[in-house]
Amino acid sequence: MTDKLHIQTTINGEEVEFLAAPGQSLLAALRDDLGLTGSKEGCNNGNCGACNVILDGALVNACCVLAPEVNGKQLVTIEGVADGANLHPLQQAFLEHAALQCGICTPGFIVAAKALLEAEPNADEDRIRHWLAGNLCRCTGYDKIVRAVLDGADRMRAATAAS
Amino acid sequence: MTAPEKPAYRVIGTRPVRPDGIDKVTGRAVYGADVRLPGMLRGIVLRSPHAHANIRGIDASRALALPGVKAVITGADLVPPGKTLADVPDLASNLMATTKVYYRGQAVAAVAATSEEIARQAARLIEVDYEVLPAVLDVREAMLPAAPILHAGLRTRGGDPNTQTNIIAHHVMAVGDAEAAMAGADIVTVEGEFKTSMVHQGYIEPHASTATWNPDGQITIWTSTQGSFPARQNTSAVLGHPISKIKVIPTEIGGGFGGKIAIYLEPVAALLARKSGKPVKVQMDRADVFEATGPTPGTSIRAKLGATKDGRIVAAIADMAYETGGYPIATPANYATMVAFSCYDIENLKMDGWDVVVNKPRTQDYRAPSSPAAAFAIEQLVDELSEKLGIDPLALRLKNSAREGTRGPMGMPYRRIGHEECVQAALDSDHYRSPLEGANKGRGVASGFWFNVGLRSSVSVTVQPDGTVSLIEGSTDIGGTRASLAMQLAETIGVAYEDVKPTVVDTDSVGYNDVTAGSRVTFGTGMAVVEAGKNLIKEMSGRLAGAWSVPPEEITFNAGTFSAGDKSMTFKQAAEATVGRGPGLTVSGSVNAGFLQGGGFAHHIVDVEVDPETGKVQVLRYTTVQDAGTAVHPAYVEGQMQGGAAQGIGWALNEEYYYDDNGRMANSTYLDYRIPTTLDVPMIDTIIVEVPNPLHPYGVRGVGEPGIVPPLAAIANAVYRATGVRQHQLPMSPRRILETTDAMKA
Repeated sequence: MTDKLHIQTTINGEEVEFLAAPGQSLLAALRDDLGLTGSKEGCNNGNCGACNVILDGALVNACCVLAPEVNGKQLVTIEGVADGANLHPLQQAFLEHAALQCGICTPGFIVAAKALLEAEPNADEDRIRHWLAGNLCRCTGYDKIVRAVLDGADRMRAATAAS
Repeated sequence: MTAPEKPAYRVIGTRPVRPDGIDKVTGRAVYGADVRLPGMLRGIVLRSPHAHANIRGIDASRALALPGVKAVITGADLVPPGKTLADVPDLASNLMATTKVYYRGQAVAAVAATSEEIARQAARLIEVDYEVLPAVLDVREAMLPAAPILHAGLRTRGGDPNTQTNIIAHHVMAVGDAEAAMAGADIVTVEGEFKTSMVHQGYIEPHASTATWNPDGQITIWTSTQGSFPARQNTSAVLGHPISKIKVIPTEIGGGFGGKIAIYLEPVAALLARKSGKPVKVQMDRADVFEATGPTPGTSIRAKLGATKDGRIVAAIADMAYETGGYPIATPANYATMVAFSCYDIENLKMDGWDVVVNKPRTQDYRAPSSPAAAFAIEQLVDELSEKLGIDPLALRLKNSAREGTRGPMGMPYRRIGHEECVQAALDSDHYRSPLEGANKGRGVASGFWFNVGLRSSVSVTVQPDGTVSLIEGSTDIGGTRASLAMQLAETIGVAYEDVKPTVVDTDSVGYNDVTAGSRVTFGTGMAVVEAGKNLIKEMSGRLAGAWSVPPEEITFNAGTFSAGDKSMTFKQAAEATVGRGPGLTVSGSVNAGFLQGGGFAHHIVDVEVDPETGKVQVLRYTTVQDAGTAVHPAYVEGQMQGGAAQGIGWALNEEYYYDDNGRMANSTYLDYRIPTTLDVPMIDTIIVEVPNPLHPYGVRGVGEPGIVPPLAAIANAVYRATGVRQHQLPMSPRRILETTDAMKA
């Protein structure tokens, strides 16, 4: 048995404690130990983006972060994107644009797009395509995903203007 | 040639949000690897490092001695008591080898332990004694008499019973006299040899199965599969366990494209569960998915076309060799002989198809199996012909197009099909009418065909007292079919789409359903749904007849309303009146919609720019045209068209299994096996053509597959226009573009 580390972190606004082996990935901790299976494993080496989470405001692949690294940090996963019973504008846009087929890559795309648009609310198609190039989708050909993110950006700007 | 007028539909043709959408955008949907059971162990599969080897022995004693290890299985465990491997030889040994491995990555043993890390550690402690054999990796080389033989007992079907071979079958298809027609005076001919590499479906979700095996023999398997019923059947076969004692619960499925039809982990998880007495989850990593599942064949195709000077194609000849990987199970070349010339009406045909084993993973279907590689050859030759004859490539296709009555791929005449309409829509499109200007740019076009299979489907429908209905189905939903089926039921029984609640259930809870494949769910399961809807109306009419004291035949149902004389009720009112106060009401609909039904056609237009310094091909503009029959949910039809095009773009430009001489795949990661990203594809324009399918009550055609057929050739044709060099081998990677264009310059 390896000596596990005691980790204290904040996930989706809630304080969370767990034990992590030194070499355990954040993705394994989220999925196997914390029951947060919305972050998906597609490759486990940082190539597909299905496990994208936001760590202290930065977009990361949870498979390439060690679980002990999140000690004392703020983490947002797909489970924390909706505001209670209200879907995030990006989630609503994905639904209305039929931007998912099998849906396995969808959490990663939504988390990645959220990270981009919170930092750059006016990102255009070119910027969105460059940002999302780390997220693989095999079903859609990306057309409807990019349109959903552009529409989601509109909705987010409108919500900001209204508030 | 104008498409027939479409009836006015109320729900069909709208774009509602899919019923499972919220679960999938919030991370709540449970996919294969998301299953967690109390006390669950984790399983790991040990795989062969060699492409071809005899197994002399396996020693698992050190693994079993490791604390936390609860079970180890090998191929010997897959042979049921009282049976021999001869009963289920290839299916079983592909899941776990016994005496020989035929490809690198083939499973040889599996471990269950209290953690994934311990299981991984234990797998490394299993000692397998291999005798390494020479491997053969190229389909034409494997056909040569001197090639290393994979299966000592394999004989070509119908061939010499005394000659060992790697050729499983030689399919011959001939109509008329192609050689004579080709040799005719004034016949213009084009010919070439084309090669494609093995490629993978590339679904983002790796395979995952979780199983329990109770002391009474009841097995329950949660798995990501395109077909829970075939998974149950195949698991039953390799375990020698009755299907009544196996329940398969399909999880959400993260892509399949044909690659999740076969079983891999289901019996492995079940056997580990039996040996350990605990639930066991087994999942693959990405390298396992590439090396140990079912990619689609590499091919070698030699073809020749002959046409009159005014552009009538009179003869076609093709010799097509397809890999089947390490096992003689699949027959992709047989499909190739059916689909190669399906877009055209050609009087004289001669086709030879060869199915050949090589030391690579056992191949599986991949979206329109066999058709894209054939189209890569044929649609380039059609393009070459158009240039030689000085006829517009689309006009040449229109002139030779298959239509209703043309002899179809199975020898029977086509029913109403829409290839001409697709080509005409391409001719009329803004894309084709817009000039493409600038150096190193080119425009290509190509057509494509795939069947639309029917097969067996069964659903049940329960009326709730509030007038909503539950639709119980067994077709796993990969791309929005809960929506497209609920829409057909809503259309049939006259309720709102939102009042239909579809649920995909396990194998104990609904009648038999074949796989979600062959573009068949919206079509075939849709037929079962419409039948169930009609049965429901009949049952409710019967109940209303009692309540209204009129004969049942006097009750009519129209636009969602039951009526007889001056009495009338909406469906909702009728549900409240009958089920709300009387006994429950459940009906079913079951169909066998046949094997190869109807025809799906597509036509694509693509503009590319080729960088002369790097050889990189960039797709600038892309338009897909496809006959959907009737587009039930147009957004998901477009999604299938766009997704097929993107997969075809990847196949054309980047994707290939890259092997070293020893049969080791050198690129088994997404970094090195590069599927298209947002930067590799533009927005993909769609033009949906609707020529109703006479076989479906609403005219639906399957739309999943034709979209992957044209891109390989369309892009090759575009690259030719941009560079003046024909591309005979995929992928058209920067290296290959530079090699071929430099060779031309030199």
